[in-house]
Amino acid sequence: MSVETLFALAACALVGIGLYGLIVQPHPLRKLVAFNVMGSGVFVLFGALAMRGAEAGMAADPVPQALLITAIVVAFAATSVTVALLLRLIESTDNASLADEPSAGD
Amino acid sequence: MELWTSTHGGALLPAAVLAPFVGMLLGLALGGRQVQRVAFVLMPLALVLALGLAVAWQREGQTLVYLLGGWAPPLGIALRADGPAVAMLLAVAGVVCGIGLFARADFGTPVGAPESRAAFSYWLLLMAVWGALNLVFVSGDLFTLYVALELLTFAGVPLVCLAGSGETLRAALRYMLFALCGSVLYLLGAVLLYGGYGTLDMPLLAGMVRPGPVAWTALALMTVGLLAKTALFPLHLWLPPAHGGAPAAASAVLSALVIKGSWFLLLRLWFDVMPGVATLGAAQLLAGLGAAAIVVGSIVALRQKRLKLLVAYSTMAQIGYLFLMFPLAFEAGVLVHGAALSAGLLQAISHATAKAGMFMAAGLVYAALGHDRIADLAGVARAMPLAVMAFAVSGLALMGVVPSGAYLAKKLLLDAAEGSGQWWWTLVLQGGAVFTAGYVVLVLVNMLRRPAAPLQGVTPVSILSQWAALGLALCSLLLAFAAIGPVSTELIKNPLDARDLGTTLLVILGGALLALALSRRSLFAAAGAPHRDGAVRRVTMVLGMALEQFDAWVRRWTSAGLLMLLLAGLFVGLLRVGQAA
Amino acid sequence: MMVPVVSVVVVALLLWLAVWTVVARDAFLAVAAFVVYGLLLALVWVRLAGVDVALTEAAIGGGLTGALLLGAVGRLRGTEAAATAERSSAGTQGVALVLSVGVTMALVLCVLALPEPAPTMAPQVAHKLPATGVGNPITGVLLAFRALDTLLEAVVLVIALIGVWSLAPDRFWGGRPGPRYTTDPDGILAYLARVLPPIGIVIGIYLFWAGADHPGGKFQSATILAAMWMLVQMAGLGDAPRIDSRWVRGGVVIGPLVFVAVGLFGAWTAGAFLGYPDGWAKPMIVAIEVALLPTLVLVLALLMNGPPSRGGAR
Repeated sequence: MSVETLFALAACALVGIGLYGLIVQPHPLRKLVAFNVMGSGVFVLFGALAMRGAEAGMAADPVPQALLITAIVVAFAATSVTVALLLRLIESTDNASLADEPSAGD
Repeated sequence: MELWTSTHGGALLPAAVLAPFVGMLLGLALGGRQVQRVAFVLMPLALVLALGLAVAWQREGQTLVYLLGGWAPPLGIALRADGPAVAMLLAVAGVVCGIGLFARADFGTPVGAPESRAAFSYWLLLMAVWGALNLVFVSGDLFTLYVALELLTFAGVPLVCLAGSGETLRAALRYMLFALCGSVLYLLGAVLLYGGYGTLDMPLLAGMVRPGPVAWTALALMTVGLLAKTALFPLHLWLPPAHGGAPAAASAVLSALVIKGSWFLLLRLWFDVMPGVATLGAAQLLAGLGAAAIVVGSIVALRQKRLKLLVAYSTMAQIGYLFLMFPLAFEAGVLVHGAALSAGLLQAISHATAKAGMFMAAGLVYAALGHDRIADLAGVARAMPLAVMAFAVSGLALMGVVPSGAYLAKKLLLDAAEGSGQWWWTLVLQGGAVFTAGYVVLVLVNMLRRPAAPLQGVTPVSILSQWAALGLALCSLLLAFAAIGPVSTELIKNPLDARDLGTTLLVILGGALLALALSRRSLFAAAGAPHRDGAVRRVTMVLGMALEQFDAWVRRWTSAGLLMLLLAGLFVGLLRVGQAA
Repeated sequence: MMVPVVSVVVVALLLWLAVWTVVARDAFLAVAAFVVYGLLLALVWVRLAGVDVALTEAAIGGGLTGALLLGAVGRLRGTEAAATAERSSAGTQGVALVLSVGVTMALVLCVLALPEPAPTMAPQVAHKLPATGVGNPITGVLLAFRALDTLLEAVVLVIALIGVWSLAPDRFWGGRPGPRYTTDPDGILAYLARVLPPIGIVIGIYLFWAGADHPGGKFQSATILAAMWMLVQMAGLGDAPRIDSRWVRGGVVIGPLVFVAVGLFGAWTAGAFLGYPDGWAKPMIVAIEVALLPTLVLVLALLMNGPPSRGGAR
């Protein structure tokens, strides 16, 4: 097994781990962290694919690597908006639960 | 058809994508009252661009192509506009202009007033949504589409909590997290496709993709991710509170426009990237979820106490319609651009216009009365006839009354269902209208009721806003006429044809029965008077409550998350099994 | 070919940290584990021959995201307890585990089914890169072949900023984000905030300039510069700017607007939007990067600061 295959398989596990956390963890901040783990799994998979495509004197296929830089920045933007939302929610309601409030009067 | 060299009319494509973003940036820099001015300068400009693209496409008779930087795919990115893209570009441009006119009353900054947070954010986010949607329609590259999806999410989520209340913040956070999950699944699929085929350009991929584990997994993951963003049952957990809690002008944008982005991307994936990989079984699952959405959404809508939540659940139900076309678009085992696809697009456009009109009407009612409790709407028809008419026209358009776009779409799909022998979809198509009629009748009956005492304290609302709502609703009702060119004319019969009129009356009657059976308070009860339910109604009320509980269970985060993964597995299975046949 | 032991150890560590991040009871521990995970990930990128990605991951993925999450975990105000009460039953967790493992298995099957030799775009990039005048193929992809994606990325950041700002309570609109930090002017933090920024600025500018031909580039550089600015703020030596100030608004939009302008210039001279006429590629790319740098620094720092929380209309 080559290094890139090892990391690709590790990436698959990371996606599964992140997905589990995203579904099971009740607190939004933990969900966000799990989302970041899942996202990093997808990124590592892309990176491993890039290394598989090493050719023409380059150590890796540069297109996926360039796209990954964009994706990492977009993930940061997503995290910052979500954190801001979460903190405002806690400030407003002292309650970070994502569950619906039971509908009033019924 | 050449898809990898720039065509003459294609030069309008980067302009169509970037104009709204440039508008947003200029608005941000100028600030204050200028934000709204920039938005109002952008609207006619971008509308003209969309029209220009439509004319160019018509004239050239083939897909418009533009190679950015002159670099050809797979190395570079191409923008492409075919029939569906042009139709959606036009529709979105029209709806944004209508919503913009409506929103002037709610988010307008008076002369001399300081910059307000809500107005600043609304106009900028409106332009951002517009740009993101245009990008979704014309981008030809899977990764650029991923960026477009994220643009759409980042622009849509803050619209949900624009009012700033705690519950809307919660709804926005839920939307954000679930939408992010959907984006990551989409990206994962795109990564797999790159690993398998070395390109992200859609037509190139279409030429190379073969059924196999990579294609099945990618399609299943991307589909499920996009379904989560489009809020198709059972992944609709975030939609009702988000769309129901946002200000009316924002709900209109969210329901009518934002949702169409991820739906269109799904369409592209199935019809243009992997038409040979998609199987009838998988398409039946999609349409089956759509049918479930129509039934559950409409019934829970009937049980709502507040008008905006009813309209939000109506959106959830109508989204189901957008998926009925998938199993009806197969020819010789492959998805093709045919009548069923046109029907789907017609449905999307008619829903966009009608739903915008409906939310705007609901918003006007809220602004005038200070509340939107359905039970207390008596007398509104007299106070705001235009707004009530807008609601009624939107409702009729959604029900598929001749000559609305939904009617034409239904006719096309019924033909396709008959042709392929899938009689069960005939039932769903005919029956679905009854469910829609249910909640429309409920609201109209309450609005038209004479109040016990004359309405007090009604705030006057902007006439322009009322006309904007009515205008968009009429667009939906008359959409069939606009579709005459691209679609066969023989389907648009005389609107007063006895058989169609009879069907319409039957639908309304059926809707009235549903409303009678399932609404919270009996339709006959006078406002405020106590009323005992008959035996039949007691049974139907129990059924209604059970369905509402079921919906509440599906809308829990863990349930939705697990169902999402189960669906992904089901899709992989159906894609694999269908292929072996 | 046997896999080097180091890689196996790194993978094992990575997976262990990821599991810990997801299942740890305490939110602070989970976030701390995530920060370490992010830094380890940067090493993984180096191993995968992606030094540019490693720099971006370390700076933005590990650094900025980690700082953001740590800041958030400190402001949870006891909502964790309520969340623990909401934990799903063992049965639900079991089903989630089974399904997640199922997804992992499906992905593994796909990875093993990928074609050999791997399809790649490296030869095409190598072939067309000289025309762009830059030596770093990643910069070539980001600013020449797929320039639209980079432009849109800047737009994404601006929209995220608008979204964050829109969360402010109405009374604070136009004001300053974040708290006003005050620290001992003779203390160590103030000292660091005076000594580090000049060094950081030099490193940042070097990374920016080197990005054309070596690993580096505007994102990494912008992150370092933004971090220096945050340091100055946290030491109380400077304050976050008012969000309605002219220079903030102008700085946020100048990057993408110049990018579009350069694209239009390309359309006029080279016949295609975002195209580069012969010999003009390098200066045009530099112009874009120079304009993007202030935007990125501003937006990254302001995203870290959050919505305005003091001040309000003048």
